[in-house]
Amino acid sequence: MKKNENYNQETTKGMTIVVKKICQFMAPVIFLFGIYITFHGHLTPGGGFTGGVIMASAFILQILSNGSILERLRSEKWRLELTESIAIFCFLTLAVLGLVLTAYSVFFANFLDRGTFGQLVSGGIIPIGNIIIGVEVCAAISSIFIALLIFKDEEDEEESR
Amino acid sequence: MIVLYIIVPLSAAFLTVIFGKWLPTLGKYLLNAALLFLTGLTLYLIIAGPEALIYRVGGFADVADVPIAIFLVIDGFTKILLLIVSLVGLLVAFYSVSYTKQYTGEEKFYALFSLMLAGMYGVIIAGDIFNLYVFLEIASIASYALVSFGIEKHQLEATFKYQVLGGVSSLIILTGIGFLYWGTGTLNLADIATQLPDHNIYNLFVSVLLIGGFGLKAAMFPFHSWLPDAHSSAPSPISAMLSGVLIKAVGIYVIIRLFFNVFALNYQIAVAITVLGTMSMIIGVLLAVGQWDFKRLLAYHSISQMGYVVLGVGIGMLLLTTGKDEKIAALAISGGLFHLINHSLFKGLLFLNAGSVEYRTGTRDLRKMGGLAKKMPVTAGSSFVASMSISGIPPFNGFFSKVIIIIAAVQAGFYWLALFAVLVSVITLASFTKVLKYGFSGKIHSQHEKIKEVPFSMSFSMTLLAVLCLVTSLLILPGVRQVFLTPAVDVLIETVQYSGTVVGL
Repeated sequence: MKKNENYNQETTKGMTIVVKKICQFMAPVIFLFGIYITFHGHLTPGGGFTGGVIMASAFILQILSNGSILERLRSEKWRLELTESIAIFCFLTLAVLGLVLTAYSVFFANFLDRGTFGQLVSGGIIPIGNIIIGVEVCAAISSIFIALLIFKDEEDEEESR
Repeated sequence: MIVLYIIVPLSAAFLTVIFGKWLPTLGKYLLNAALLFLTGLTLYLIIAGPEALIYRVGGFADVADVPIAIFLVIDGFTKILLLIVSLVGLLVAFYSVSYTKQYTGEEKFYALFSLMLAGMYGVIIAGDIFNLYVFLEIASIASYALVSFGIEKHQLEATFKYQVLGGVSSLIILTGIGFLYWGTGTLNLADIATQLPDHNIYNLFVSVLLIGGFGLKAAMFPFHSWLPDAHSSAPSPISAMLSGVLIKAVGIYVIIRLFFNVFALNYQIAVAITVLGTMSMIIGVLLAVGQWDFKRLLAYHSISQMGYVVLGVGIGMLLLTTGKDEKIAALAISGGLFHLINHSLFKGLLFLNAGSVEYRTGTRDLRKMGGLAKKMPVTAGSSFVASMSISGIPPFNGFFSKVIIIIAAVQAGFYWLALFAVLVSVITLASFTKVLKYGFSGKIHSQHEKIKEVPFSMSFSMTLLAVLCLVTSLLILPGVRQVFLTPAVDVLIETVQYSGTVVGL
């Protein structure tokens, strides 16, 4: 966290170059792992929530290592909130589709073909629900983190005034 | 059809957030339309007949006679709660249309409001205890955010207190649910009733945990300390929702449902519930009478009036456990439920009145008001109606429900309880005479010379609620009572019938 006044603002933000590079390598891998957990939710332990948290941790790692700019955080937070709302609305739509599309018309009915047990594409609407929850949880956890960051930055700004 | 109670408010909430940036006014129209639709649906269900409706989410059939689907149940008792949530919610939402103009980020208010409604509907219609808990948390968390919506210092303090105690109560409830699952191996309310082990200490332990948890949510006497802060600091429409509906839907309703239809009736629990009810009735009113903050006074009265509801139901429970006359028990329970309906109407109205006064004068201190009757005739008139209702003056609705409870107490031989009920009613009248005298009559304060009546949406809601305070007196008539109250009382009197109708055992 050493600050050198000769550097410009971009490079002094965040941690040292070593941490930044390592995080740059790790973040995509973590993100991919989150996607894996989400997609295999109906086969292995884990699922939308767990995968979403892992995906969000990739973003959080990047923000922590590289530092952040208050204005960008604000616009980012709004987009995350929008993503979250759209995702959760999709989930509701998925549940209502069961009501509309099946002959016996029940809320949350599994209207897709169940497939063979054990394959990646199986289980009807459950993997789709998992993916939607993954997006929702990822957006929600990130936006909580960003909200806390914004709160801290605003406090720092007020103190420095 | 039952799932509409969850789908409609949830989609209103999410659509409000998605389009809130571009259409900030969308939320209020969506919420009002949603509530109008749900009120109509509830009235239709009530008139359609007293049969219980059962819904299995996902359409899972029973496996070896074990109900594995999530059940949603609407029976006579549920319908009453659905009606008051929808009706009071609708009028409060319409009131908010003008009231929330003073806040920034209005659309978030409506999104949270819709979420809170979805949570309450969920608690009421959930047929299994874990989903009940999930919906309870949705309703509670939305209400934590709503209490602090104005982000002033006292609101944040109140919401913190509310959150801590709400968190404690949720933890106690979850522990109780854990023990229930351990003992019965099922979470379905109707199935639990049949699977409960015949072990008295286990049953008592779980009952105490659940009474503690839901009692905290309902702000019954030893657990009431969060209510006056939270309900008085919240924006007024939210106070009306919290006091008028939320503590009933997530507190009283669940206690009544659990101890009538799930657990076997038990003398000790019945005594405990009756004592808690009586204590909240007396302590609440004694704390209320000295208050000078208008909304704080109303909040303390909520504790006291909920005491009446619990007292009525508790007397019914006592009579049923001791095997005395079932007719008197039915009378006591119907009095309690009648008072529950009435309280949601007049307490909602009183909080809206307090909101209107605050909206125009900017103060909640009764000593700084005075003479407002000339400037705000609608507010003053509806406050008068609501005050008379809550103090039990005929012909307003509060009189009839209190009289039923008192008659039932006398017939059952609980003369002391009847005496306390009368006494509390007198003190209530005293404290509302104080409100009317200091708030609305007398000489007007010099700084309030220029105020005028509140906008149309606010005065319309208040007028309608005042009219309803009179109209619900009609529930005493046999024909009307048959449609609204009797099905609910039957569900509670026929304690074991519930699991029979739901899981078909």
